[in-house]
Amino acid sequence: MADQLNIDTIRTNLQGKHGDEYWRSLEELAETDEFREFLHREFPREAAVWDESYGRRQFLMLMGASLALGGLNACTKQPAERIVPYVKSPESLVPGESLSFATAMVQGGYAAGILVTSHMGRPTKIEGNPDHPASLGATDAITQASVLSLYDPDRSQVPTNRGLISTRDKFLQELESALRAQKSVGGAGLRILTETVTSPTLGAQLRELRRQFPKAQWHQYEPVNLDNERQGAMLAFGAFAQSRYHLDKADVVVALDSDFLIHGPGAVRYARDFAQKRKVAGDKKTMNRLYAVECSPSNVGAVADHRLAVNSREVETLARMIARTVGIAVGGPDLPQHKQWIELLGQDLLGNRGSSALIAGPYQSANVHALVHAINQHLGNAGKTVTYSDPVEIEPVDQSESLRALTQEMHAGAVNTLIILGGNPAYDTPADLEFKQALGKIPLSVHLGLYNDETAAESTWHVPQAHYLETWSDARAYDGTTTILQPLISPLYGGVFSQHELLEEVLGRTGRKSHDIVKEYWRDRTRSGDFEKFWEISLNDGVVANTSLPAKSFRVRLPDSVRNGSAQKNSGFEVLFRPDPTIWDGRYSNNGWLQELPKPLTTLTWDNAALVSPSTAESQNLENGNVIELRSGDRTIEAPVWVLPGHVNNAVTVHLGYGRTHAGRVGKKRGFNAYALRTSASPWSAGSVVLAKTEKRVRLAATQMHHSMEGRQLVRSAPLKEFLANPNFAKELGAVPTSEQTLHGQHEYDGYAWGMSIDLTACTGCNACVVACQSENNIPIVGKEQVLAGREMHWIRIDRYYKGSIHDPETVFQPVTCMHCENAPCEVVCPVAATVHDSEGLNVMVYNRCIGTRYCSNNCPYKVRRFNFLQYSEEDEPTIAMQKNPEVTVRSRGVMEKCSYCVQRISSARIEAKKESRSIRDGEVVTACQAACPSQAIVFGDINDQSSRIARLKAEPHDYSLLAELNTKPRTTYLAKVTNPNDKLA
Amino acid sequence: MVVLLLVLGIIAWAATGIYKAGYTTGVGVPVEQPIPFSHEHHVNGLGISCEYCHVSVREASFAGIPPTNTCMTCHSQIWNTSPMLAPVRASASTQRPLSWVRVHDLPDFTYFNHSIHVNKGIGCETCHGQVDKMPLTWRVNTLFMSWCLDCHRNPEQHLRPPDEIFTMNWNPADGKPGKELAADYGINVKQLSDCSICHR
Amino acid sequence: MKNNVQHITIDNQPLIKPGHTYGSITDKITSDVFERKTPKGLMVGLAIAFALTMVLFLSIAYLLVKGVGIWGINIPVAWGFAIINLVWWIGIGHAGTLISAILLLLNQHWRNSINRFAEAMTLFAVGCAALFPLLHLGRPWVFYWIMPLPDTMALWPQFRSPLTWDVFAISTYFTVSFMFWFVGLVPDLATMRDTAKKKWMKVIYGILAMGWRGSAKHWHRYETAYLLLAGLATPLVISVHSVISFDFAVSVIPGWHSTIFPPYFVAGAIYSGFAMVLCLVIPVRKVYHLEDFVTDRHVDYMAKVMLATGLIVAYGYAMEAFFAWYSGNDFEKFMMENRTGGPYGFMYWLLLLTNIAIPQLLWIPKIRRNLVWLFIISIVINIGMWLERFVIVVTSLHRDFLPSSWDMYYPTIWDWATYVGTIGLFLCLMFLFIRLMPMISIFELRQLLPWKSGQRKH
Repeated sequence: MADQLNIDTIRTNLQGKHGDEYWRSLEELAETDEFREFLHREFPREAAVWDESYGRRQFLMLMGASLALGGLNACTKQPAERIVPYVKSPESLVPGESLSFATAMVQGGYAAGILVTSHMGRPTKIEGNPDHPASLGATDAITQASVLSLYDPDRSQVPTNRGLISTRDKFLQELESALRAQKSVGGAGLRILTETVTSPTLGAQLRELRRQFPKAQWHQYEPVNLDNERQGAMLAFGAFAQSRYHLDKADVVVALDSDFLIHGPGAVRYARDFAQKRKVAGDKKTMNRLYAVECSPSNVGAVADHRLAVNSREVETLARMIARTVGIAVGGPDLPQHKQWIELLGQDLLGNRGSSALIAGPYQSANVHALVHAINQHLGNAGKTVTYSDPVEIEPVDQSESLRALTQEMHAGAVNTLIILGGNPAYDTPADLEFKQALGKIPLSVHLGLYNDETAAESTWHVPQAHYLETWSDARAYDGTTTILQPLISPLYGGVFSQHELLEEVLGRTGRKSHDIVKEYWRDRTRSGDFEKFWEISLNDGVVANTSLPAKSFRVRLPDSVRNGSAQKNSGFEVLFRPDPTIWDGRYSNNGWLQELPKPLTTLTWDNAALVSPSTAESQNLENGNVIELRSGDRTIEAPVWVLPGHVNNAVTVHLGYGRTHAGRVGKKRGFNAYALRTSASPWSAGSVVLAKTEKRVRLAATQMHHSMEGRQLVRSAPLKEFLANPNFAKELGAVPTSEQTLHGQHEYDGYAWGMSIDLTACTGCNACVVACQSENNIPIVGKEQVLAGREMHWIRIDRYYKGSIHDPETVFQPVTCMHCENAPCEVVCPVAATVHDSEGLNVMVYNRCIGTRYCSNNCPYKVRRFNFLQYSEEDEPTIAMQKNPEVTVRSRGVMEKCSYCVQRISSARIEAKKESRSIRDGEVVTACQAACPSQAIVFGDINDQSSRIARLKAEPHDYSLLAELNTKPRTTYLAKVTNPNDKLA
Repeated sequence: MVVLLLVLGIIAWAATGIYKAGYTTGVGVPVEQPIPFSHEHHVNGLGISCEYCHVSVREASFAGIPPTNTCMTCHSQIWNTSPMLAPVRASASTQRPLSWVRVHDLPDFTYFNHSIHVNKGIGCETCHGQVDKMPLTWRVNTLFMSWCLDCHRNPEQHLRPPDEIFTMNWNPADGKPGKELAADYGINVKQLSDCSICHR
Repeated sequence: MKNNVQHITIDNQPLIKPGHTYGSITDKITSDVFERKTPKGLMVGLAIAFALTMVLFLSIAYLLVKGVGIWGINIPVAWGFAIINLVWWIGIGHAGTLISAILLLLNQHWRNSINRFAEAMTLFAVGCAALFPLLHLGRPWVFYWIMPLPDTMALWPQFRSPLTWDVFAISTYFTVSFMFWFVGLVPDLATMRDTAKKKWMKVIYGILAMGWRGSAKHWHRYETAYLLLAGLATPLVISVHSVISFDFAVSVIPGWHSTIFPPYFVAGAIYSGFAMVLCLVIPVRKVYHLEDFVTDRHVDYMAKVMLATGLIVAYGYAMEAFFAWYSGNDFEKFMMENRTGGPYGFMYWLLLLTNIAIPQLLWIPKIRRNLVWLFIISIVINIGMWLERFVIVVTSLHRDFLPSSWDMYYPTIWDWATYVGTIGLFLCLMFLFIRLMPMISIFELRQLLPWKSGQRKH
């Protein structure tokens, strides 16, 4: 594949060549590998198509059958279909119409409000809840994909006792007897391990637990936690203050190793606020400016106007330098090479007192967070761009500490009964704690989880957990707003518990259902007024009215430890641990949508890799796919290398969540387990690591091979100044055909004319749109081998290009989907007219007419068409089939497919409008990608309606069409990327 | 050569004949159901309106098949011992739904919406025929794509005024001419033959 | 009476070795079918060819079970071996029609000893070619939607699409070539009928001969029909490959979107066609000792035709490169850079070597007349023409407009199996033809015999 980076190239290229030229030669040399591979070719593809399940007989049988079918298919009748009506039809349900319910998805303990579409009782699609402060109608990629996990056939379905299938009753008996023993000793041997908890109900239950078992302990742990943030607040304020940013008020944003636009409790909301402040359109001609200091390239770094790549230890030093430049007396050394950068940044901050914001990432030390608090307060940002409140969590603790305490006791044998409410500690806890071994020592360990995972295998009991769409609960958002989670469907598999139900059993109240538990909690809370009304409204809105935490002012008092700071010792070669952009800490590793979702920047799928900078690759003589051994102390892992431009030197980034041994069919045995190298002392980086190259190679499946624009004007960008001077710069960058003539005549549109606009200034490359589209349009996953073959099926893809030097390239994102060309090259070449123009300007793909010549794809300049080379849609998984959107045809083998502008949504809107004899209102049709987009980069609507939002955006001076020179006249156009660099730095 | 052509011709003619015949298209062939339900009796005899059972026909894509309770509203009182209705009573008592056989079954890649048709002047009779004359239910149309297109390409011929939608044996001559109705309903005929109207 | 004997000659040399009579010709050619024991070589060859044919059937079956995903194609390279082979086979077919029809009209008598052979080759080649457009469909079982048939969907094919044109072009071409070949066979089939010993053979050849008695009326009708068909076939030689070339020329892809395609596809087709004829004639001539009928000069002429068409093809390549530069279009320019220097660059240079460089040896009469050399060169040309199609189809597609979607194409074992399989099928049919049919037109050879004025009758 073209991803084979040849070492000699890098060496030769690092000398002399620059810019696009560099990338070209990089690519060309890579090709010598392809050449080699081309000559002595092993056939990787067959692995995918020639599966072992075909015995000779079965093959011949199928062969015969298919030959027969081949002939008959055309003239067979459909089998008789049956209609099964209700016995008593439920109210509010109209057969064939979809309903939508408000609930919330909980990640890292924090809730994001969602609306779930349900077809005849099957939740099929997740949208953001506009009334929820953490969502405002948008979602992230993981939330979009969570609906697939609900139907995952690999979810655990029965309680197991020491690996053997057992029953709910047997489990309850054993639990009950164990607890009776604990009662006598006040629960001295009883431990509860949860993840981060913001659920008021769960909190109440845990308090009750403490009352019943005074000596029992409650521990919290998540592998990707906010410990540093909490500790930083402690250092700065002496309290677990919760900081909340208001980026819609920030003109200058400084991110210190923070991916605040993509990850973290408020990310979706932050992305929205940030984008609002950044977009230039209409009269708004001002932008915010983003400085990013980071170690491992992130989306924030890509969006930033100024990006600085440093080693993780240096970030604190830089934070101190910033503090000094804005006038806070703190100690610590200077980094001369970055002095000027920091100076100018400091000036910019001082120039924007009260309208700037510093954000520190969870990967940075408590000191950095403390310093950031100090600087924000010093600049008068506190109360404006950042506010503080009491903690959202029920009981904020240092989770690493909490886990260490627990494991020590477990090793010491002080724990008789351990109840693990969710999470997978046997897999995702730091290696040095040896939790797994400790778990083996517990007489009764109960694991409540969605999967029969590594922890389940080590526990005495595993109890299936109800998916969040199957049960009642409650949780709080980053600002404290509380949502009551309601189930969309009764549990698919029997014998399941929710956290509340299991805890209730522990509390001796057997057989109670989550609904009653949650409802009762809230009944007790609401003194005033009509509870049922309150309950109904809260459920309907998806938020409990005025539960957002009020802003409080905290005074910063930096302890001397932070003020003086310690000299930063150079830690040699570092390994940076980061959550995986798609499968997070590993809990989503059995979710095919997320596994096949190209990771931002690398576009890797199905694997994690050791990300290194080109110069590191050169010095270590590494190319993509080479397996390296990373040794830290006595621990080692083996990982395939991926060269990532812009990565800091002498460091390697590894993503958590892979190398699962018990994860189900999708996630099992993929990538390597980075936890094996992680220590509780420093969870985000390991210093002085030894890197050794091995002879092994791994084929990594990336969806984008070529990284240069080849000097073509695909992503058009300019600094704000330039844009203001010449608003039409984008149009002028490419030749637009003057002649309107086409061989096949113009289309006329008297009615609607649908179109889309994508704002490249706002796009953060977060991938939410990709998964949203996948779940709305029944897009199948194809697996690693097929991705390697270049057959991924995503209807919308995020192209990523690099510009400039390899060490610190400018990264640009460009979402590309079907452009719905007026003069569509695909339409004229289809021999059976399976892809045609409709009267509203859509380029429609008629699957049932397609015979699969693939000519349309060849003739598509944007290569946005996707082909079912094999039978991709899962026919043999009944539960997966339940997720499918009934409004969209499920494509079979041998047909072409592509973005349809969510034509099913247009149709239903049109039908409703026609029934009311009115025309469709602007904003009534919202495509799946548009709805999901956190930064609202995508806008869809009727171009013929001059008052519509889309029409106004198309009228913007910096609106341009991709490959306009081909005279395809795309309906989807782009708003050029406008940046806002600091001239003094530029 | 001539003979050959002749033979081919005959084969082709026979083939089309077979393709159009009832036993391949199901036209005019009563479908066996768990209960021999008679539209004739209920519509013609008792004068029950279509919407009494097919409740969602105006607002949803699916016209709706009545839940057992709807049957029991009457049949708990009358014919409540008739052996013919045993399955209904069983369903009501066991809460197990009845399972009917689809008479009009379109392929899954075809998206038909009842509500827009009945709201825009297409009567039940136009597609389902005179069900009031059907002791058992059968199809009167092939449901071939060409059949759909006949109407989608020029719907005027079939349009009815809003109050005649559920009328059986309606005579177009009684109403406004189709052209005017099309205008009243605001039907965009040009659009009706877009692929995206029925296929997504 | 030697003195008033006239020979049909070209540059004063007879097209047929002196000393042959009607009888001797008839005996020689019919005996190859009747008396002569099937040569070992032929049996072995047939066995191998048959084995390969089975490979073809296997890969077709697996294709139908699994789908085109078993091939190496992907997005962006959605067309691979299937289309390459289609064009290649169709091209090969051309020689047949050209030799029979055009040379007949041009009254080139030297064609008579090779046309039957070439026509058969055409048929089989077009047959192989016709397989691919069918197999490469995602849903082959609904292929007939391409044809304008009355159906229950009230839909027509899309007449703007070159693929629809292909259907007409190829089917017409096949039909006409078949009739041309068969009509040409009729008199000889009659001869076979008369010379056949066994009853059942008489019956079979009799039916095929369609009651030919060789009366003057028959001959008259025959001549007219044959001439008409020749007239019909001639434009088809040009049209078929022009239409095939539209598949590419009509598109927007740099490297496809080119006005020069039709002529240079046709030239290439004839080029490869003659190469294939030579590949087959040379060995057969040896095995069956047909040196008398397929004389060295035949071979020489064919070599010259190859040389000529080869130069036209070379011109085509030159023009492509020139216009890539002259157009000033960045995409076109890059296409050429990528062709020459890209990952598939070596294919392009190999193509220039096999298709242009090596064939220039044919300028040298010595080599042109040396059968071994000629055989090797024509093999090389066939390879070259296949490479040409690979370069056009794959290298143009794998890097088009958006670098983000660039990817590589690697054929899989199934691609190769299908390709080699069709070669097997082709040879299989060829062997059977040689064994069971008069591979050289008897009566047309007779016309080449020396004759005295007024003596020419049959």
